[in-house]
Amino acid sequence: MTTFSDPPQASFRLSMLINDTRYRSYTFQAIALIIVIAVFAYLGANLVANLRAAGLTIGYGFLSEPSNYDINQTLIDYTSQSSHLRASVVGILNTLLVSFLACITATVIGVIAGVLRLSPNWLVRKLMAIYVEMFRNVPVLIWIIIIFTVMTAVLPAPNAFRGENATSSMLFGAFAFTNRGLYLPAPVWGPGSLLLASIFVASVIGVVVYRRYATKLLFDTGRLLPMGWPSVAIFFLPTLVFYFLLGRPVTLDYPELRGFNFQGGIQILGSLIALWFALAIYTGAFIAENVRAGIQAVSRGQTEAAASLGIRPNRIMKLVVLPQALRVIIPPLISNYLNITKNSSLAIAVGYMDITGTLGGITLNQTGRAIECVLALMLFYLCISLAISAIMNVYNNSVRLKER
Amino acid sequence: MSDTHQHSIPFVRDTMLPEIEPPGAERGIVKWMRTNLFSSIANGILTLAAIVAVYSILSGVVPWILNGVWDAPSIRECREILQGNVGGCFAVLTERWTQLLFGFQYPNEIYWRPALAFLLLFVAIAPILFSKVFPKQMLIFTGLYPFVAFFLIWGGSILTPIFAFLGFVAGYLIYSRLVQQSFAAGFFGGVIAAMLFWWVTSFLPVEGLIAIEAVPSRLMGGFMLNLILGTVCVSLSIPFGIALALGRQSDMLIIKWICVVFIEFIRGVPLITLLFVASVVLAYFLPPGTNFDLILRVIIMITMFASAYIAEVIRGGLAALPRGQYEAGDSLGLDYPQAMRLIILPQALKISIPGIVNVAVGLFKDTTLVSVISMFDLVGMIRGPVLASTEWNGVYWELLGFAALLFFVVCYGISQYSQWLERQLQTDHR
Repeated sequence: MTTFSDPPQASFRLSMLINDTRYRSYTFQAIALIIVIAVFAYLGANLVANLRAAGLTIGYGFLSEPSNYDINQTLIDYTSQSSHLRASVVGILNTLLVSFLACITATVIGVIAGVLRLSPNWLVRKLMAIYVEMFRNVPVLIWIIIIFTVMTAVLPAPNAFRGENATSSMLFGAFAFTNRGLYLPAPVWGPGSLLLASIFVASVIGVVVYRRYATKLLFDTGRLLPMGWPSVAIFFLPTLVFYFLLGRPVTLDYPELRGFNFQGGIQILGSLIALWFALAIYTGAFIAENVRAGIQAVSRGQTEAAASLGIRPNRIMKLVVLPQALRVIIPPLISNYLNITKNSSLAIAVGYMDITGTLGGITLNQTGRAIECVLALMLFYLCISLAISAIMNVYNNSVRLKER
Repeated sequence: MSDTHQHSIPFVRDTMLPEIEPPGAERGIVKWMRTNLFSSIANGILTLAAIVAVYSILSGVVPWILNGVWDAPSIRECREILQGNVGGCFAVLTERWTQLLFGFQYPNEIYWRPALAFLLLFVAIAPILFSKVFPKQMLIFTGLYPFVAFFLIWGGSILTPIFAFLGFVAGYLIYSRLVQQSFAAGFFGGVIAAMLFWWVTSFLPVEGLIAIEAVPSRLMGGFMLNLILGTVCVSLSIPFGIALALGRQSDMLIIKWICVVFIEFIRGVPLITLLFVASVVLAYFLPPGTNFDLILRVIIMITMFASAYIAEVIRGGLAALPRGQYEAGDSLGLDYPQAMRLIILPQALKISIPGIVNVAVGLFKDTTLVSVISMFDLVGMIRGPVLASTEWNGVYWELLGFAALLFFVVCYGISQYSQWLERQLQTDHR
């Protein structure tokens, strides 16, 4: 005969809080929570006491006051009478501008360098290795300063372009590299340019539609339409034809030397170029390594299997190797984009007025609102990085190896 | 019929022919160039382009270095010596190298102290870096090194580092007494004991007792500052990073979320904003009247920054371990701290070595950002006092090249070491 008996119901003792695994985790969590709350309460109490001693209050009212400083590069209208808030927006736009430019340039440089590092050409391989090691092992701040120095101290002043025997001349008569920045032609939007722009957009859509149709036809019937030249033709031809039909609505405004400086055209500040180019070649070195690792991660058997099926080499690259390599390349690529955005805060070292230079620089110094400014600055960067990582997660999930 | 064959001369060669050299195009440098440089037309064009690029760079740089002036008191004299020829003015380095290394305020007559601390650094990390070559006993010096280095660089009374060290000893004694009971009791007991010891000794009047010349940290600068920030922050951030990574992997929801919020917040903002916090905001959060060293505030912020990144690297290492390793720990009856210490962390850390080194190199490079909050590290020295001086205004390439070279040597050395270490630690057979 067997007797079933429940285990004796132990009564709760205080020592079980630390010795019993069922309760111990609650104890630890409670302790952690208490410590965190205590630390924050302590910091908050100090803050309140310090602010009261200094006679300050926390508030963002200062953002609506006039900023009283000029910004040398603005994407939207801005004068020194605009509010601090508008100055911050100008800064945000400048941050996004330089990050965007640097991301694209870095990707191009990185992909080229990464592919060349795998080239069968010994000399090119070694050169790219030197490029990658050189840029990865020296701080980006030094690169920014070096390129900024080239822009400001080495390039000629605008008046070197003057006169009969000028010491410097413009490239193609259109580009002038001076110590105040790069001057290049600006497009002038004449009447009819809106139509031209919409035709261009339409032809871009046309290319996409054509390629979709060709793919569908290939999958449905097995008939392969040519992809390369029709895409190029659809992309360029209509715009070119209409450009002349409409009587050249878009003209270029060339920079010209008038007075002490160049007038007309677009001026790109030396600080923007330094920041843009330095971020691009610095991060390009990292991207090159990612690209190389990604391509090397695709096993050789894949290439060989595709070749044994009779697929041509460039199609092997496009249809077999790249889709698998991209799965490895994209996640670090996106975190490199994030790094570019964060590193663009180094603009303050060369005087480019991004958000760190406006909100975290001059506004902070003028108003003395250190806590508010730094907090807003951090929140801005936090929002950007959360947005980028959200996009990255969506993408990662969509290309993830689907195993069943 | 068959005898014709019997009497015919057998066509069997009984001596080997001597080997013939491969054709000229298939051997030696020609073959190498054909396969490596000119395997196709496109490759040939690439090679020529590369040669042109290399030539144009070298033709600019080589005369600049060879013609360099190493001995002149100012840039004008440099130019006079050069007389319009291409050449670098490296005299700025010979003239100002102590400033570039130690900052412009560190007292000249005691440069030997940080230099000695720097040399001892190699003695201290040698048994960690090359554990198979150097005897285990050297680790004792490694443990003592932080206190020795502090004493050498900051000076002051020798009792300060000794008390700091004794605090750790007291903590360790309590820990080893209590750890048999449970790891948690030992750990917290040890921490509390050390804190108590330091709190008590902080009341002792040690000012000027058995002291050498004290140097306040605002006088530190140059490459020394980069090295101090780099080594201190990396070594501090590894334990914090491990703790954060374990916290993020933990089942305890509150602890997990504290770690997640901390890591994501720190990783989401640029280091510059954290340095702004250190320089302008942190003072508001400290008790009224306290005056923290700026260097100490910066060390705190950079350590927080680095530990968030290292935590993510180690989390990757933890996630890469097969589940079986965790289950093995459970089935042996090990509790959480034991399983972590004996099974999980050694393997996870081994996987994370490349990532940790990456973070360390990145962090060391990022120490140059302190020049933005007007501290005179190497970059700050170059941009500030040296380039602004009337003697050397305009010597950009030499100074920036010197800075780039210093960082390159250190960072490249570290990354080469980590690759070597990875090969050493490869214990699996593939």
